[in-house]
Amino acid sequence: MIRIKKLHKSYPIGKDSLHVLKGIDLHIKEGEFVSIMGSSGSGKSTLLNIVGLLDEHDEGDYYLNGQLIKNLNEKKAAVLRNKFLGFVFQSFNLISYKTALENVSLPLYYKGIGRKERQKTALDYLDKVGLKDWATHLPSELSGGQKQRVAIARALVTNPKVVLADEPTGALDSTTSDSVMDLLKDINDEGMTVFVITHEEEIAAQTDRIVRLKDGVIISDTLTVKTKAI
Amino acid sequence: MFDIDRWREIFQSMNKNKLRSVLSGFTVAFAILLFTLLFGVVSGLRNTFSEAFVDDAANSMFVRVWKTSKPFRGLQSGRRVQLKNKDYNYVDNKYEDKIQFMTARIYKNFSVAYKSNQDNYRFRAVHPDHQFLEKTVMDEGRYINQKDLKESSKVIVIGRLVKSDLFGEKPALGKRVNVGGISYKVIGIFSDDGGDNEERQCYIPVTTAQRLYGNNDYISQINIGYDPNLSLSQAIAFGNRLERDLRNKMDIHPDDQSALSVRNMAEANQNVNMFMLVLFFIVVIVGSGTLVAGIIGISNIMIFAIKERTKEFGIRKALGAQPSSIVGMVVQESVLITTIAGYLGLTLGTFILDQIGNGLEDYFIKDPSVSPGIVIGATIVLILSGLIAGYVPAKKASRIKPIVALRAD
Repeated sequence: MIRIKKLHKSYPIGKDSLHVLKGIDLHIKEGEFVSIMGSSGSGKSTLLNIVGLLDEHDEGDYYLNGQLIKNLNEKKAAVLRNKFLGFVFQSFNLISYKTALENVSLPLYYKGIGRKERQKTALDYLDKVGLKDWATHLPSELSGGQKQRVAIARALVTNPKVVLADEPTGALDSTTSDSVMDLLKDINDEGMTVFVITHEEEIAAQTDRIVRLKDGVIISDTLTVKTKAI
Repeated sequence: MFDIDRWREIFQSMNKNKLRSVLSGFTVAFAILLFTLLFGVVSGLRNTFSEAFVDDAANSMFVRVWKTSKPFRGLQSGRRVQLKNKDYNYVDNKYEDKIQFMTARIYKNFSVAYKSNQDNYRFRAVHPDHQFLEKTVMDEGRYINQKDLKESSKVIVIGRLVKSDLFGEKPALGKRVNVGGISYKVIGIFSDDGGDNEERQCYIPVTTAQRLYGNNDYISQINIGYDPNLSLSQAIAFGNRLERDLRNKMDIHPDDQSALSVRNMAEANQNVNMFMLVLFFIVVIVGSGTLVAGIIGISNIMIFAIKERTKEFGIRKALGAQPSSIVGMVVQESVLITTIAGYLGLTLGTFILDQIGNGLEDYFIKDPSVSPGIVIGATIVLILSGLIAGYVPAKKASRIKPIVALRAD
């Protein structure tokens, strides 16, 4: 699903440049539940942005769903994001003046789907994350956990190939974190590839495979115990 | 082009950000309102000024005399100057080629009676040309003619209001009226755009007045309509020369303004033309200034609004929005607000001008209004600027990488 070879990325800082990713090789197969672990500054967010087509890499090859990602313009990137990727952010990133249902149906609007079908599909996904009764509420009327579940429903609504979650539990307490992780696990069980970025061991431990990043290189790539048991 | 979902998005965004929408709309509405009022008031001024000169023909000159205030050629100051027929004939002969119409005027006051109705009226004893110089319109009958002059006929042309005072609804033409004890025949009834006072005048032949009242050849005033083919500067030169000649002929000091004056409408016209030109330039400058202020207002608010929405655009892009859809949304919203607000400002402005009507006539503003062309032009300028004001920052915002936009707060 995601195949990365010798990926490099640097950011210009004044006259110098900061080398963030120093040759990453990573292969994530369809249906995997992977977490990227690392402290801040390790390059994990940069990696996710590149994988999520929110940013461009400098060197190396990146194949998404078998397609080589190179010299994408904004328009093509937008189409690919809409088609293959679903995003879950640490700060939820819901549009504040839209209700839960409208937020969830927004990706379908950009996919060009009719209004009736959009609302029906969006409501199904809200139901799936247990928030059907909150469909008409604004984000400001929802708790943190509810917001993140709306965001997950929004990430899933286009039926993408990969769900990318950037510190999905970073703004949540531990109980809510667990329920969000359970939700991601359920999604994975249905066959969705889920790619989580976190700096919390506890969260990473709930995934099937942990890739540890330090200073822009992968230092370990291990399957978790429970996966081995199966 | 018409995308119902796009419109839904726009209305939702406008609805949920009422303050922003109202503010940007207010700027535009206010600019158009000021623009409308400004042009309306100026058109009102123009109406007043053009009306002030409709009473008399635009190519008139008036020769008037009073008392001398300076001794000249052995004559003392304080001498009463009197225009006579010979002066009239002198001007007529000397400047024949430059004169279109010419008349003398003798001012009189008489009581006029018909049956039991009687009142005092002002009289002008005139030549036939007076009709054209005063723009007198004949409603019934005829004006004074050469035959009346030659025979010193006792005939009278009365104003529309004199007729209604004395005769009411009954016919007046051909009837005889008593003018200070002498019987005159009514030969015509006239109206005049110069107002009620003009329509309470009576006209009689100049020769009749000279024979019946004093038996002399005195006249009070000479009115001249110069050849309309003369340019303004030629007409002014003619007036100046006429004044010099008459002073010389009548032994008046060249600088004695209180003895004789030639009031030349050409000079007044030149002044009014200058005034209107200056006014026009002021209006163009202030009007464009108002529009520019409106445009800057929208641009400012659009830049701010888009800055505020950078994160929203980042989210939309992460969810699959193409840059063009974001630019389109912003531009459409901006143009929609500008159009609605512009229309409101225009309607309000026209309404206010309508309410003013003739209420400000004391301040020289009469029937202010704006020509639709100017206002539509101004609105188009504002819509276009709304388009640009939306497009430029939106294009810039749509180029920001989603990852940067998402980090924005």
